[in-house]
This record gives sequence, structure tokens and C-alpha cells, in this order.
Amino acid sequence: MKINGYQTVKSLEEAYNLLNENKQNAIVAGGAWMRLSSKVIETAIDLSGLELDQIVETKDAFEIGAMATLRQVEKQEGLKNLYNGVLSKALSKIMGVPIRNVATIGGSIIGKYSFSDVLTPLLVMNVELEFYKKGKISLEDFLVSKDRSKDVLVKVIIKKEEAKAYFHKMQKTGLDFAVVNVAISKKADTFKIAVGARPSLVKFALEAMAFVNDAKEVTEEVILETALIAGKELKFGTNSKASEEYRRNIAMAYIKRGLREVIK
Amino acid sequence: MKVNVKVNGQNKVFNIEPGDYLLDTLRKENYLSVKKGCDNSSCGVCTVLFDGKPIKSCSLLTAKTEGHEVTTVEGIQKEADKLSDYFGAEGADQCGYCTPGMALSVHALKEENSNPSDEEIKEYLTGNLCRCTGYQSQHIAIRNYLEDK
Repeated sequence: MKINGYQTVKSLEEAYNLLNENKQNAIVAGGAWMRLSSKVIETAIDLSGLELDQIVETKDAFEIGAMATLRQVEKQEGLKNLYNGVLSKALSKIMGVPIRNVATIGGSIIGKYSFSDVLTPLLVMNVELEFYKKGKISLEDFLVSKDRSKDVLVKVIIKKEEAKAYFHKMQKTGLDFAVVNVAISKKADTFKIAVGARPSLVKFALEAMAFVNDAKEVTEEVILETALIAGKELKFGTNSKASEEYRRNIAMAYIKRGLREVIK
Repeated sequence: MKVNVKVNGQNKVFNIEPGDYLLDTLRKENYLSVKKGCDNSSCGVCTVLFDGKPIKSCSLLTAKTEGHEVTTVEGIQKEADKLSDYFGAEGADQCGYCTPGMALSVHALKEENSNPSDEEIKEYLTGNLCRCTGYQSQHIAIRNYLEDK
């Protein structure tokens, strides 16, 4: 990655205008993963002065400023209880504390990283993203959107819901990226199943979700069938970390474990 | 571009390129206790404190330190000396390359959690790799140090 210029902005309007002034301008969030990129940034836009690192708990939601670090989110007391703390637990296993003190929630979302352990648990929660110009959009819509127009992510809104959730990932070492990860949530009788690091971007297992959500009772047979459907419908890939077959089998095993856990 | 940053309590002005990372800037400015290892956010030998919190200096753009405070192991010299006695007692220090980063992580852990469990110590030190010791002796030394502090 090469950065030719750097500007700390004083307002969201300035950030938005600068972002759209040149195709090669980009916002620097934490910057922790930027080294992985080979792109050239004409002007790096720093939002550090905009106080976007606050986490505010309202009656209905947690509003997390896009520049809040993963460590801030992990340690937020209220979030430790939401969806039985699935987000805090997932974040606590990312790399180590020093990286989580740099990487931000906004950067981790906007990057749509295929290895993300942030997007997978967020996808099974009720999450909206608030952009400066585009306004609010659900995380699910954002992830599938082909809209390439550039905007400034201001906050991540996690709705408070009575729900249980599960997250698990396979990784070679504590500092490595996930080989595959799975998150499942159960709100009332509705299940969401997301599988990430396949090694492509996290995705819902929609057919598996439809199957388990239609079941009158979630028996062991239903759990096994749900995992099989997810294994068939989702695309997995092979890279230096693991084979397609390995990822598929691990994901299916985690889906079974996750379903058993959330119906307890 | 110029960056104003406080390093170990002293105000400094660094002349940097916009894409420079803190690790390279610090080493260029002769803060050589900040080691260069993997240079990809894995090994933790480049750990410094950024406003009191441990970060890997190879993962932070120097430009982001404008107006902030950076601490290297020299900034916690007394504590590092004390910790080294505990490392020595357990044979927890061999080549010493990882030690400055580890000392800074231990300092930050102590500030954040004055009575960590064994699991919390391990979790906090996940980001600091050591290729010599196998971690057990370091873990004992750190636990003893935190218990005696």
C-alpha cells in the first residue's frame, strides 16, 4: 500500500467531499489491515478528530461510533449481555489486544473482509449501518449491495433483542485468520445462520435457515438436516489455509453444535 | 509531513511520509528497543503503548499519532527492570528480542486488570510471541510479578 497524502478532517461533510473528490482517496479507519492491500491511496482521510469513537446505549439499541476500536466494543458492559455476549466473545478472540486496540468496528465492516470474525456474529444480530449521506441500511443489505458509491460510515446500530447466539471459528493459531467461522442466533422461534471465511465474504445459509425455521420442533434430526442443507447450499473454497472439503465439514459441525447450544 | 507526538514524556516532531508506520518512524528516530520482527501485525516485538494502551507499532500509521502519547520500554524503565528480575529468576529470558514488547504488555495488563487470572494473563499476552522459551517460564514470571507488585 502506498499513501501519497494525509488529511485529518474537521467534519463529516469535509470527509465526504474529500472522499468523492478523487477515486483513489480513501478513509483510514484504524489502518490495521491496510498493509494487506497493494492499492495506492492518493489522500488518506483520517476521521480521528470527529469523536466517532463513542458507544452510546439507548433504550432500544447500542450505537457504536464507526471509529470505536474492537477492544472498546469488546469491553462495553452492555454488549456483554446482548445475544448472550456473542459479539464480545467473538471480538476477544481476534488476533491479540494490541491489534484490537487499533482496528475499528467501522473499518472491519466497510472492508467486507473475507476473513472477518466481526461480520459473522454481527450478521446474525439486528444491525443497521448509518452512513453520512445514504442514511441507514441493514448490514445484510450492505453486504450484498453492489453500490460502489463512496460514503462515510458514521455509526453501527445494534438493536437490543431478546435472543441467544453462538459463534465459533476454526483457526490454526490464536493470531491467525479464521479458516472458517459460524454464527447462529435464535430470536423467539427464528434462527439465523451465517458462515464466514469460506474463504469468501460471510453469507446467510438461507435454505438451511428456511428449513429449521419451518420445523415444528428442532429435533436432533432437524439439526443434522439443517447442517447438511447448509453444507450443500454454501460455496466453500480452497486456499493455503484449508481445503474446500475441510471448510465445509467444519462449518457443518459448527452449525450442529451451534443449533444445539441456542435451543438449550 | 510533520507529526507532533509525545514519546516517553518528551515532545517530539517527526518528519514522515504519509504512509509511514510508527515502527519504522521510531526505529529511524533511534528508539531501537522497538524491535522489527514480522512487520505484519503478528509477532508483537514492536509493541508500544499508545495513550497507555498496547498496540503493534507496525500496524499504526505514524500520522495517526499526531497529538498523542507513545511509550516505549524506556518509558517504563523502573518497572521493566523489576520485571526483568522475575524473568531472570524463572529463566524466562533468552535472546531477549521479545522482552521489551512483552514488558509493555504486562504493564498495560497491570493497569487494566490488577488481579488477572492465569487465563486472562495468557489472553492478554496472546499478541506477544517468543521463539525461545515456550511461554511457561514467562507466564510464571509474569504471574509472580503481578502477585508481588
